[in-house]
Amino acid sequence: MTVREKLRQKISAGFYWHGLLCASYPVPIILFTAVCILTCCYPLLKLPLPGTGPVEFTTGVRDYMVPPQEPSGDPGERPDWYRGPPVAYIQQVLVKAAVSPWDNRLVPVDAFRSPLGRVFSLLDEIRNHVHSDSSGVRSLEALCLQVTDLLPGLRRMQALLPEHGCLLVSPGNYWQNQRELFDSDPDLLRTVQQYEPKGLHTSATLKDLLFGVHGKQTGVSLNSRNRVVTYTITMALRHYDVRFLGSLRSRLKQLHPSANCSLREEHMVHVHFKEEIGVAELIPLVTTYIILFAYIYFSTRKIDMVKSKWGLALAAVVTVLSSLLMSVGLCTLFGLTPTLNGGEIFPYLVVVIGLENVLVLTKSVVSTPVDLEVKLRIAQGLSNESWSIMKNMATELCIILIGYFTLVPAIQEFCLFAVVGLVSDFFLQMLFFTTVLSIDIRRMELADLNRRLPAEAGMPPAKPGPLRPRETPPPPRPSPHTITLQTPAFRNLRLPKRLRVVYFLARTRLAQRIIMAGTVIWIGILLYTDPAGLRTYLAAQVSEQSPLGGAGLPHLAVAPVFPGGDPTGTLNVLPQADPTPALSENLSQGHAPPGISWGPEDEEGWRRLSYRHWPSFFSYYNITLAKRYISILPVIPVTFHVTPREALETRHPQDTRHAPPLQTDPSPNALPHGAPVQTDLTLYKVAALGLAAGVLLVLLLFCLYRLLCPRNYGQNGVQHGRRRRGDLPCDDYGYSPPVSEISPLLLRGHNMDIECLASDGMLLASCCLAGQIRVWDAQTGDCLTVIPNHGLRRCSSSGGWEHRDGWDAGAVTDLETLGGAEGQDAGGAGYPVRRRAAPSRPTLFGDQPDLTALIDTSFGQQPPSQAPSASSGFDFGGLVERAYLEHEPSVSPVFSAPPPQPVQRRRSLGDQPMAPTDWDSAVWALELRGNLIAAGRSSGKLEVCLWDAVEGSLRCSNEDGVSGITALAFLNNRIVAARLNGSLDFFTVDINKPLGLLQYRGGPGRGSMPPSPCYSSDDVISCQLTRSVQCAHQKPITVLRAAAGRVVTGSQDHTVRVYRLEDSCCLFTLQGHSGGITAIYIDQTMVLASGGQDGAICLWDVLTGSRVSHVYGHRGDVTSLVCTTSCVISSGLDDLICIWDRSTGIKLYSIQQVLGCGASFGVISDSLLVTGGQGCVSFWDLNFGDLLQTVYLGASSEGQGVRQLVVLDNAAIVCDFGSELSLVYVPSVLEKLD
Amino acid sequence: MQQKYSQRLFYVTGAVPPRQGSYNAAIADQTANLAIRGLLLFLIGVFLALVLNLLQVQRNVTLFPPDGFASIFSSAWWVPPCCGTASAVIGLLYPCIDRLLGEPHKFKREWSSVMRCVAVFVGINHASAKVDFANNVQLSLTLAALSIGLWWTFDRSCSGLGLGFAIAFLATLTTQLLVYNGLFQYTSPDFLYVRSWLPCIFFAGVITMGSIGRQLAMYEYKVVQEKTHQD
Repeated sequence: MTVREKLRQKISAGFYWHGLLCASYPVPIILFTAVCILTCCYPLLKLPLPGTGPVEFTTGVRDYMVPPQEPSGDPGERPDWYRGPPVAYIQQVLVKAAVSPWDNRLVPVDAFRSPLGRVFSLLDEIRNHVHSDSSGVRSLEALCLQVTDLLPGLRRMQALLPEHGCLLVSPGNYWQNQRELFDSDPDLLRTVQQYEPKGLHTSATLKDLLFGVHGKQTGVSLNSRNRVVTYTITMALRHYDVRFLGSLRSRLKQLHPSANCSLREEHMVHVHFKEEIGVAELIPLVTTYIILFAYIYFSTRKIDMVKSKWGLALAAVVTVLSSLLMSVGLCTLFGLTPTLNGGEIFPYLVVVIGLENVLVLTKSVVSTPVDLEVKLRIAQGLSNESWSIMKNMATELCIILIGYFTLVPAIQEFCLFAVVGLVSDFFLQMLFFTTVLSIDIRRMELADLNRRLPAEAGMPPAKPGPLRPRETPPPPRPSPHTITLQTPAFRNLRLPKRLRVVYFLARTRLAQRIIMAGTVIWIGILLYTDPAGLRTYLAAQVSEQSPLGGAGLPHLAVAPVFPGGDPTGTLNVLPQADPTPALSENLSQGHAPPGISWGPEDEEGWRRLSYRHWPSFFSYYNITLAKRYISILPVIPVTFHVTPREALETRHPQDTRHAPPLQTDPSPNALPHGAPVQTDLTLYKVAALGLAAGVLLVLLLFCLYRLLCPRNYGQNGVQHGRRRRGDLPCDDYGYSPPVSEISPLLLRGHNMDIECLASDGMLLASCCLAGQIRVWDAQTGDCLTVIPNHGLRRCSSSGGWEHRDGWDAGAVTDLETLGGAEGQDAGGAGYPVRRRAAPSRPTLFGDQPDLTALIDTSFGQQPPSQAPSASSGFDFGGLVERAYLEHEPSVSPVFSAPPPQPVQRRRSLGDQPMAPTDWDSAVWALELRGNLIAAGRSSGKLEVCLWDAVEGSLRCSNEDGVSGITALAFLNNRIVAARLNGSLDFFTVDINKPLGLLQYRGGPGRGSMPPSPCYSSDDVISCQLTRSVQCAHQKPITVLRAAAGRVVTGSQDHTVRVYRLEDSCCLFTLQGHSGGITAIYIDQTMVLASGGQDGAICLWDVLTGSRVSHVYGHRGDVTSLVCTTSCVISSGLDDLICIWDRSTGIKLYSIQQVLGCGASFGVISDSLLVTGGQGCVSFWDLNFGDLLQTVYLGASSEGQGVRQLVVLDNAAIVCDFGSELSLVYVPSVLEKLD
Repeated sequence: MQQKYSQRLFYVTGAVPPRQGSYNAAIADQTANLAIRGLLLFLIGVFLALVLNLLQVQRNVTLFPPDGFASIFSSAWWVPPCCGTASAVIGLLYPCIDRLLGEPHKFKREWSSVMRCVAVFVGINHASAKVDFANNVQLSLTLAALSIGLWWTFDRSCSGLGLGFAIAFLATLTTQLLVYNGLFQYTSPDFLYVRSWLPCIFFAGVITMGSIGRQLAMYEYKVVQEKTHQD
């Protein structure tokens, strides 16, 4: 045993035990696996969530320093992108302006015209602000971010956005920052709106960009409720100068004081932007994902024959996905930070890791025999595939390791992930998936089992031979062991409705298809409607709502405090609905105008903007923010109060034109119900948490209990299985194939090895070396009749005697009354057809079935007095005897040689030295049709026995004695005999209705006519040689098969010949083998296959005589051949059974048989193959080559190989164990359910 | 003669002898099948060419690519149809050669495996486009190893290897000629006007298309078989 085999055995043994373990403790193992997954995935919490949303980091303003380029040693605090200076510092001046008090003379346009107009003065203020101190004079020009041209594609914005100068935007840009243009603009709204894009557009708009606040917030509209105009002046700074900004801030605050403004100003927020994905990158990404989906779809589709396909498919996907997550988690844990784009490499990782192992496992487990215990099935399935799984994994690891040595960082990282992923995938397969599989298998039901069985268990029904005139053939035994199968439609009808619905879903894969279609449609929509924008929107929603992203946002934290504040609405002003706080506020502030208030949400008003706001802002100047960050400084609040008079002064003449009637909407603000709801929610949360904890505790206790009190699992099964290891025909993988013992019907009686077996479904005829032929009932296994060799010898001797009789025919012509026989005798051409049997044997006891078995039928010459009861046949027997005695006195010594024997003598018959003359003619061929047994002998004699339940009589025999009959074929009413000398004889069997009893009576040597109860009392069986082909072959004919009106012979002379049965005409001589023909198969569909001593198998076209395919399959002779509709099965002297694809001639697989059992196989149905082994038979799934079950045929036959195997029509199997036969009914695959 | 042959064929596949009409139908079916297969392969080839071209474009993509689908059709218009035609030819050639050699491809013949193959092929392209290699020799060697690995994993037939090499060589030669004549151009040719990794990509593509073609052919075979059974 090589190291490899040892390793293989070790591995499969390990897998076996592991399978037992998994199947025995499913729940604890699944829990353990889940804990493992969660533990390994825990480091993932630190990683940023996938997606391209910006990430924020907040630092204090006071001690702000530009972060160093190199990461400092304090990784916990600051994210890794926070290094180096930002792209820009964003300083916003938030302006709130209102006309107060509101005057009824004013039109709605007045609400924003003059407040907007203030922007120009403010701009001048900012531009001209100069801070001078000891270190020098600084102005905005020196600090701000200088921009150059806009991108070429943005010509239409050229007038609006600054070029070649400071990046400073405000609403004033609409009017080129010129007060005159603003004043002369007749319609401000139109100016603002004309740049807005049409349709669905969620990314940054120009209005957002210039106003710096969300569009709804600006208050620049005709029906603004509270008439407060909000806008910002946004400037991007290159350098951060605390003193300049501080002085600007204090200056603006001083000029335009904001009352009741309590904005905190100590935080600056750094926003990091990820790489953007454009259409060009999205399409390959989507493609890879589509391929991934298709791969998963096609893979999981193969899961079959389990209780819940969906469950297992889900488990398979979960296995792969969580192994990837574990891989990333583990890599992160050990300090490797992923730099690759996770979304991009993910499909490739999945494809590399693959679902194959999972599917292989499923298939292997599912194809184990179903009558075993579940844990044994799991264990066997596992160990079955252990070697291939380990081999595949080793190969993949090797490939990946090679990839690791490419020394390309990206590939190395990929390989590292893949390696860890592979290992964790293996771990999960072994623990998680196997356990899920065991649970699933356990749930499998009878209904599922029925679906997988072959459609027909039996062979095609017996041909209605004319030789079977039996009136009441016994009905096929409804055995509980036979596989009872109906048509699929029938089976479906029986199922409950619920199952049928599920099957329908499973069959059409409706849900799978819907999901696939949905995914495709979704992706299509995503592509169609501005992918970046939609994703932006979604990501913004997610980042706003997710607790992770929003943890640092103050406005979320305090949101419940201001329940009335609509986060997306306007300012947090409660004009009428809740007057008291506002009033009190107003009162306390004294001079504060109503309407303008500063809330915490104003601190970071930029959060309301689209998160593509800043990237698109900078992108106009070809500055990318991808993988970089900007720092947003705290806003500077500025408040303007415009008096109504001022507003009236600045009014444009056309403003009044479209002044709608001012609607006074009371705007009943919803009363804040938030607080009680909040408490309720908290209560529910606590309750849910408690419940979950309780469930967890119970599960934990359960696990502990199961672990501490283990059942004795699987022990018996294993020992049982191991015991027989080694003598099984299919022990390749070192695991014990499923075994079961049934007690077959043992057919004992032969004293020597059985040589020939023939069956027609109902009856079974066997012939041993001693020449004894026994006929058995194939249903019950009863021995119906024994035709001992003695009798046959007797017959042959009588034949010999008759032969001599033929020679002196002239003397006995008066007695030979049958004309046919006479003519032949008279011809004397070495070919005397004898249609006579042992005349007296059956006639004596024909009507006494009970005695038949006890009677040595060779006592044809028994004195009549010994059987006085058989009166009806007695006279006739006596008559015949007398006739013999009278007319053949010379033969009497032969008759009298055996002394009168006791009735029970039959048992020792084989041993008995019988005839002094050596008529040692072994039966070389045996055929059985209907009630007729045809036996071909080595002496060249053809015998046709009529057989009935009560008699075994030789009805006719034909002898030319030239050459031994090597093969026989019995088709319809024709018998074809092939002889050793290469000649081929065609016989016709006629059943003649009697012309008259006298004819028979007169001819004692002709067919015997006992008063048989059933049918044959009147029938005369005659066997006539219709044609003899003398030189059919040059050498002995070895095989002969007949079907579909053709007779095919194969000979030692390397050729196959095809004859037509009707006229014995040779149609083709098929040449192609380079050795003698040893096996031929032909069936009703005219499939002809032949196998030769050269190990070749040829398929022929019977119609044209051409060779269809030619394969070399065996070392040594091909011993047996069977074709099914899809494959060809051959066995050879090398003890291999090979299964070939019939149409392509490709070897599908082969089965190694034990020594001496090579040729024993049979096909039960198109998909069930049975092979013989040492004292056992094995059942194989023909389509997949899976061993289904091994059946031991009792203890007595153990150790003996099955030499021959015959499959009967009723799915029974007859195995030849030397001198005894075993009749096995196909063990029901559903035995477990009995 | 033909009828006889068809009869023989049907006997081999285990069906009852068909009537003449069904034989004609079978021939018509076969032609239709061939056309459908060719069309499918063409479409797949065009699609893959577009997608992979996008990947290559990204190598020197601008920061803000022009919106819309203009970038998809950034290469010459005749490139995708050429790729489609080539893939159709390859996809039909593979099963044909298998049939001629009389050894149908049986290794991993299922759609999931084909999908895996396609995914690996796209991955190879992805790697060539996205991963920064130290030099072109390294890139070419890596891609060559990946391509051979692809063949070993999914094909393992000598005919596949030979055809792959032959077609890769021819395609590279054609590209070379095209570039030489100025019909086609690369941004940064590194080896005699062409990118040195081009043969590897061609080889992997040939293997992939061959795999798809074989799978499609197998489908057709199955359909024919089922039909004969129905007859």
